[in-house]
Amino acid sequence: MVCRELVEVITDYLEDRLSRRDRRRFERHLAACDGCTEYLAQMRRTIRLTGTLTEDQISEEAMARLLDAFRGWSESRA
Amino acid sequence: MPKRGEDAERDERSLVADLRAGKEEAFIRLVERYGPSMLRVAQAFVPSRAVAEEVVQEAWLGVLRGIDRFEERSSLKTWIFRILTNLAKTRGERERRSLPFSSFDAAASEPGDPAVDPSRFRPVDDRAGAGTWLIPPASWGQVPEERILSGEVRQAIDRAIAALPPAQRTVISLRDVDGWTSEEVRNALDVSETNQRVLLHRARSKVRRALEQYLVGG
Repeated sequence: MVCRELVEVITDYLEDRLSRRDRRRFERHLAACDGCTEYLAQMRRTIRLTGTLTEDQISEEAMARLLDAFRGWSESRA
Repeated sequence: MPKRGEDAERDERSLVADLRAGKEEAFIRLVERYGPSMLRVAQAFVPSRAVAEEVVQEAWLGVLRGIDRFEERSSLKTWIFRILTNLAKTRGERERRSLPFSSFDAAASEPGDPAVDPSRFRPVDDRAGAGTWLIPPASWGQVPEERILSGEVRQAIDRAIAALPPAQRTVISLRDVDGWTSEEVRNALDVSETNQRVLLHRARSKVRRALEQYLVGG
């Protein structure tokens, strides 16, 4: 496995979707390649940092409209 | 922290029961839990956030109207997101986007950019090793930890995600920001395992690249 290939299958690796054989090739390459080792570390870090983003809650107005709709629906059932 | 497995199932069942009983708190909890992700998904299909919010609104109405008929064979989450994606698709078609978004599977089938700029690798005819790093990634180890953990970096990631094509943006948001499993994404968006992974790969590669540029000017 060569570096240019590795960066393309890195997500398969992290998702545990590589065949056992490809996984071995991947890890063997890593053991001998500083560039790819750094790349994998950066990818992992990117994923971790992305995980620290907070979600965009829906707006208060939207929530108020939804509650109105809920109450309307609830009353129509009573 | 998202609940998993049995806990999640029990929680869902009690939410459904409470909803059917007209309990407002249950509805609020559901909206807070799924609302943000629903907004993300809707934005993949429709041209603006405002329209996306309308679609999410309609979807919740659809959920309420259908809750009595909801059979607990599928998960509540999957069911809610199916309602949402159907509405979002229809609305997207009606809005006639200049770049029609047909499906996540279709987006994945389109050719994508290489994960890393090809000029970073040795060319095919290079004796020193075709395809090996010519310009390896610059280490982030030199960047002070406080900088990495700073709000600026998060903003850079946010910008990178916002700049992604819609399908990639949705998948990376659901997987890496909201913490959904690949199975949950597959079920909610009706996309194959492979295709959601292709989209995730492209998105992550771009975000890493943007971070690299931001941190070390790579």
